[in-house]
Parts: sequence; structure tokens; C-alpha cells
Amino acid sequence: MQLVFVGPALLFFAAVVLVPFFMSIYYSMTDWNGVTRTVVWTGLDNFRTILAADEAFRTSFWFTTRYTVAAVVLSNAVGFALALFLTMPLKTRNALRTVFFLPNVIAGLLLGFIWQFIFVKGFAAVGQLTGIAFFNLPWLGTASTAFWGMVIVSVWQMSGYLMVIYIAGIMNVPKDLLEAAKIDGAGKWQTLKSVIIPMVMPAFTVCLFLAISWSFKVFDLNLALTKGGPFGSTESVALNIYKEAFQNNRYGLGTAKSLIFFIIVAAVTSLQVYFTKRKEVEV
Amino acid sequence: MEETRYGGRLLALEIAVIVLALVYFVPFYFVLVNSVKSFGDLMRNTAGWPEAFVWSNYARVWDIMRYPLAFMNSLIVTVLSNVGLVVISSMAAYRILRHPTRFNKLLFALFVAAMVIPFQSIMIPLVKVVSSSGLMDSRTGLILCYFGFGVSLNLFLYHGFMKSIPQEIEESAVVDGCTPYGVFWRIVYPLLKPMTITVVILNSLWIWNDFLLPSLVLHDAGIRTIPLQTYAFFGQYTKQWDLALAGLVLGVAPMVAFFLAMQKHIIAGISAGAVKG
Repeated sequence: MQLVFVGPALLFFAAVVLVPFFMSIYYSMTDWNGVTRTVVWTGLDNFRTILAADEAFRTSFWFTTRYTVAAVVLSNAVGFALALFLTMPLKTRNALRTVFFLPNVIAGLLLGFIWQFIFVKGFAAVGQLTGIAFFNLPWLGTASTAFWGMVIVSVWQMSGYLMVIYIAGIMNVPKDLLEAAKIDGAGKWQTLKSVIIPMVMPAFTVCLFLAISWSFKVFDLNLALTKGGPFGSTESVALNIYKEAFQNNRYGLGTAKSLIFFIIVAAVTSLQVYFTKRKEVEV
Repeated sequence: MEETRYGGRLLALEIAVIVLALVYFVPFYFVLVNSVKSFGDLMRNTAGWPEAFVWSNYARVWDIMRYPLAFMNSLIVTVLSNVGLVVISSMAAYRILRHPTRFNKLLFALFVAAMVIPFQSIMIPLVKVVSSSGLMDSRTGLILCYFGFGVSLNLFLYHGFMKSIPQEIEESAVVDGCTPYGVFWRIVYPLLKPMTITVVILNSLWIWNDFLLPSLVLHDAGIRTIPLQTYAFFGQYTKQWDLALAGLVLGVAPMVAFFLAMQKHIIAGISAGAVKG
């Protein structure tokens, strides 16, 4: 019985997740190149190389961190604001929710290509028509505009998904609590600050978690929109790992990077869940 | 939020949000309108309406991308991965919940803990595992990988949902002579339907749109999924925007159609799937 019910799940999970995970711990301490049969044990050499001498990895880490902060803050702010507006009795709110959510059903890779066209041709066309300097910037051409290009596309995509979760959270705020706040003479801002935000803390926990892990692991969008350029300035950690392993054929070094990546992602997301969970209130 | 009359302030807000929605929609306008222009028209007049509709862009891309083939590949992979995931994770969740032995509790903790492992942290050795099992370059290999990567979240969601199913129904079925498999498939499984819908929606959005895993496992042109085929196509036709945009529209269309048809379920599924931990 146990075998029939749990066996298949455990088998695939072990073969696809657990075994590769332990293999990556082992290979991170070797000079594996993916081709030769003999693999030499090198101890912590890979980690030393990465920490001491790998400029590109450090750049990619710094980029990913800045990108994550910007994308997480902005997409949650926009998502929450949209949720507040679209829980008010607007006449077109269902159609509006659909529009804001739509970018989420499209593959990140395709979005990257779509926005490449928008930045290169679309913005230029709008700039010509309106003369607004913002649209005439060399989008994707310089390090800082390419960075904000990545952020803009991510906020455009993620905020609709987060909006759906925030809407569910706001709808769950008990009506009598809002009534009570009104009777006690709370204004709109006060109701938002002292009733709604504390009551939707569970939604904040989930949304921050999702936004942080999506942004930290960004790959498809990065590959399609900027390919890491110009000059590696917008290369995400995930893309850096991918190139190290599958383009430079330094599998050992790549697994060492991916292990460092795992530790940081796990630490950041667990800390975030721990801290926001403490702020959740029980009714 | 509050029961106010629909007055001037709400109208102003409504207009502001509609304007924002139009801004959100602008990229789609650019892509759609330019996908039916001739190349010259597209370069000269990117923002405007096409001077003539060049539908042949689509016909050409349809053939170059071998679109029907890529569509079928995506469909096969997504459907079979979903079927397998629903079966293995609902069964495992049921057993773990109803027989909370020390082993099963540990196993559950392991499944949940593994959700924090980023795919990129295990993809390099995974390629080795897949190729040494002889499953490289096969849709079967890809589907089996999705079983392993999806099972954690699916099992977790089923486990949480099953807690609300009263055990008495199962006990009375056992008294009536139902086998354990009968109890699960005839009584428990049908009750899981709302969660099954959520699970299938979350899996489909992920698997249909996934690029990195299939790019590592599938190389033959004949078995590529839509994102892979779009990537290959885009690589060949960069800067040939008339064709590239038609290709992007074809790539995006199935998921948008799926979303518009299943909208209610998708929105509900995402809200339900998010209420975890």
C-alpha cells in the first residue's frame, strides 16, 4: 500500500531533485567539464576561484540584487494599489482585472522578445511622435537603461499576479471590522493603515515570497531581452551559471556557483517568510 | 471596500485606472499591428495603422516554425505531465495524511523543504542524470522531469486540501467492503476536484511556458515545444521584425485563448494556490 501510494512520487522526486542536488554538492568540489570520464577532486578550489577572482559572477550578483530589490518593491506597490482600486465598486473592474493579469499567461521568453521590439522600435516611434525625451533614450543600449528595462518589464508582468492575491486578501477582511472602524470615525487612510494592511499581512508574506524568488531566479526574460548585455552589465546569476556550465563547459565551477546561489536564495526567502509571518495578526 | 454611491470621485478613479490599463495594453497593440505590416511599412511607420494588411507574414511563419508540430509537442508534454502529476501527488498526499508514520512525516517535510531549491541549482547534474538514463532528446524524458519538479508543490496543496475532508465517509465505505484503492479513487478523489483544477492550472501555466528545462533536454527540431521553437526562429530572423512579430503572436496566442476561456478558474486557482504555509 505504502509503496503504491507514495512510491511513484518519491521515485521521481528522488531521481529528478534529490539525486542531482547531492551530485551538485559533490561536483562543486571537482574539475568536471562534462566531457571527460575522469573527474579530479579539487576540494574548495572552485569556491576560492569564484569568491576571489570571478569578476563576472560578482557583477551578476550585484545586478541580480539591485534588480530584485527594485522589481520586488515596485511590483508589490503597483499590485497592491491595483488591488485596492479594483476592489472598489468600479463598473469595469472585471475587465480591468483581466487586462492587468494578462501578461502573466505569456512565457517569459516571449515577453522578452516582445519588449525588445517595444524598446527598440516602439519607444522610438512614440518618442518621434511626442518628442518626450524618456522614449528617445538608448533603451537596452546602456547599462542603466537596460537595467530599468528589465525592471519595467518585470513590474508590468508580475504586478497583475500579485494583484490577484492581494484582491483575495482584501476581500477576506471581515466587513464588521470595516464597519467598526467607520463608526469609530476612522478616515480612509487610517482604515487602510490600521485595519486593511494588518489584515492582509498573509497576502504580503506570499506576494513578497513569490516576487523575491521569481526575481532572484530570473532567466528567460533576461536571455530574451538583453542577453546579459551591454557588456554583461545586466547578466543575472542564473544566466551566469548557465553560461559557465553549458557554454564554457566548466561544469564543476558552474555547480559550485549554483550551490552558492541555492544557499543565498534559501536564506533570503526563509528570512523574509520568518519576518513577515511574525507581523501577521490573528483574529 | 465600502458601500459608497457611484459618484464623481469613483468615476475619476475609474477613468484613471482605465488609462493605466490602456498603457499596459500598448505593447500588445504594437506587436499585433506591426505583425501584419510589410517590412518597409513597419520600419517607416511603427506606431500607425498598417497601410495594407500583409497576412502572408503569418502563413510564412506558420511553415517556417512548423507551428502545428510545435503546438502538438507543447500539448502532449503539458497534458501528460499534468495527468501524471495529479495521480502521483494526490495518492502520495492521501497516504501521508492518513498514515502519519514517522517516515511519512519526514518524507512530507522533505518534499516541502525541496521547494526552496532553485531549478538552476540542480540543472547541471540533472542533464547528466537524464542523459545517462537514455532519456535525452525525448518528450518522455521531459515529462518524467516535470513529475519530479512538480510533485512537491502539488503534494503540498493536496495535503492541505485533504485535511478538510472528513474521515467518516471513508470509514463507512470500508465497512461496506470497499478496497483501499476503491476508497481513494471512488470516494476521496472526486472530492478533491476543486484542488485538482487549481493544481492543473498552476502546472499548465508553468509547463506550457517553460523554456530552460526543455532547452536542456530537447534538441531535435521535430520535438521542440513552442517556446523552444520560437527561440530558434527568433535567432534566425532577428531584425526581420515583420516575421518575428507574427511568430511571437502565434507563440502567445494559445495561452491567451486558454486564459480568456478559463479566466474564472485561473484567477480562483491562483488565489487558492497562494494560500499556503
